[in-house]
Amino acid sequence: MKNEVLVYIELQNNKIANVSLELLGKAQDLAEKLSVKCGAIILGEKTDQHHKTIFEYGADVIYSADNLSLKNYTPMPYTKTVCDIIEEYKPEIVLYGATVNGRDLAPRIASKLKTGLTADCTELQIGDYEKKRKGEVKKYENILYQIRPAFGGNIIATIVSPNHRPQMATVRSGVMKINKNSKTKSGKVINIKTDIPQELLLSEIIESIKKEKSVDLNSSSIVIAGGMGLGTKENFKLIHKLAETFGGVVGASRAAVDAGLINSDHQVGQTGTTVQPKLYIAVGISGQIQHIAGMSNSNRIIAINTDKDAPIFKIAHYGIVGDANKVIPKLIEIFQKLKK
Amino acid sequence: MFKIVVLVKQVPDTKNITGDAMKADGTVNRSALPTIFNPEDLNALEEALKIKDEFGAEIIVLTMGPPNASNVLRKSLFRGADDVILLSDIKFSAADTLATSYALSLAIKKIGNFDLIIGGTQAIDGDTAQVGPQTAEKLKINQLTFIDKIVKLTKNEIIVNRTTDFGYETVKAKLPILLTITGEANTPRPYSVKQTLTYKNAISLIEKHDYDDGYLESDNDDKPFIITNWNHEDINADVESCGLSGSPTQVKKIENVVLEAGNYKEIENSEDGLKMLISELMSEHIIG
Repeated sequence: MKNEVLVYIELQNNKIANVSLELLGKAQDLAEKLSVKCGAIILGEKTDQHHKTIFEYGADVIYSADNLSLKNYTPMPYTKTVCDIIEEYKPEIVLYGATVNGRDLAPRIASKLKTGLTADCTELQIGDYEKKRKGEVKKYENILYQIRPAFGGNIIATIVSPNHRPQMATVRSGVMKINKNSKTKSGKVINIKTDIPQELLLSEIIESIKKEKSVDLNSSSIVIAGGMGLGTKENFKLIHKLAETFGGVVGASRAAVDAGLINSDHQVGQTGTTVQPKLYIAVGISGQIQHIAGMSNSNRIIAINTDKDAPIFKIAHYGIVGDANKVIPKLIEIFQKLKK
Repeated sequence: MFKIVVLVKQVPDTKNITGDAMKADGTVNRSALPTIFNPEDLNALEEALKIKDEFGAEIIVLTMGPPNASNVLRKSLFRGADDVILLSDIKFSAADTLATSYALSLAIKKIGNFDLIIGGTQAIDGDTAQVGPQTAEKLKINQLTFIDKIVKLTKNEIIVNRTTDFGYETVKAKLPILLTITGEANTPRPYSVKQTLTYKNAISLIEKHDYDDGYLESDNDDKPFIITNWNHEDINADVESCGLSGSPTQVKKIENVVLEAGNYKEIENSEDGLKMLISELMSEHIIG
């Protein structure tokens, strides 16, 4: 078996997380470029019920660890099991969803295996890398480019781990595209025998509470997002009003969330939610890379900002240079008039 | 009485980037950025202080960074930390998260006999949230991350609420354990006047060049509290596993993003301009 590209499949309430299916799409691309197989790792209880779905979304092979001790995610048994699989089958690349538990697990695995891990990648590619060291040039072929905004989203960095395997990365939900096979595929299942020693069973989940998020940013084809330019909670009400008028949902930049203008469920960007609505209106958002990474694929982008040099105008289709406190009420008024 | 090690980091204030922050070649001009106490690390310290208030605890704050990272240690003392350690050595520089966790874990082993390690969930300069779990793994201890609330703590056991992708879960685990705390957990307290007076002259010997040496030798009541500094030899670190050489990840390329102007159209900020825009969106059935 040659050094596959693997996706760690995360179960949430016994359902495969969307981000895992999205990553299977990306893993297929990467595997094809490397001429290797695309595989999946799944841990849980009665994991076989998920195999069909995993094959449909692109895996050629599934490493399936079915064990009562793996019923709920806890870091110690999961780290041991995934590391055992990686050490035995030596994948080239392993991808994880940047969910809460994915971000709990992946770094532990990287630490145990002493390999690299890049968080919250917005793009993954295969390419070559040259490293100059002490006058010598060392060439690496076909390695994983792990691309992510860095430094608070002010720059884009391409990270590589040329000397360590597997190369590992996490990716947020909504960033990669699902690639479901039209014809039902099947493949090979490798059942992993797990032996979880008692001393690793150190955490016990007492209860798990589902809390509705205050907004589902992907539930509407219109997102009206506000940023620090609005300044106050009072002004931010205009965003809610415009969203209500147009039938959209309210988004926000990280700066607006950090400043307490709105809660983090509304955050659009690399460390928030990625959206691709038909219409995205960015109000008082300057356009840091970390924000743009989460909305630049929207069909139509309108930016409203007092600063005519704000970077957001560079990716917008329409720009209005002006004060939101005056522009938004006018937009609402005109819309209501025209609608009649 | 608990022994708690709090992990903190001094970070560039990435939220207040100014025009000078980027060099012409697109790299970050770190020296132009003000530094701050990583916000969630303040939440971590606050959780430790709450435990100290309620049950009694010895709090040791540990940071890895350049000599001037002593700033966050002084601020920790002002808030109520009992001791602070600066892990600083040129050999640690340019460490990725793996090499960072290696050095931190050796320092924590040297401190020894801890019940809890507490850090912020993530630092605002990298947003990786990796160092906590990587350090726990190196120490071969359990972890609970993304904690919004410590529900209960006893000598041997802790119960917390941690954020999940769909709400939260309540988890019980045994000590010793590493915890990472979110910004939702608490509001960090201000400096204590008493602590601030006691530690106002706290200084690390590797930053002492900023001061007059005579001042250190003086016998008056203002004799400074000396911040412990450990280098790679103090923690018995293998140099090859530290800093740049101990980092599997390398930066291939850094780009200042050039945003492409697409089909950009400026709408005149007037009744007519806005009317045209709204009409267009309506006629295309995007709104309405």
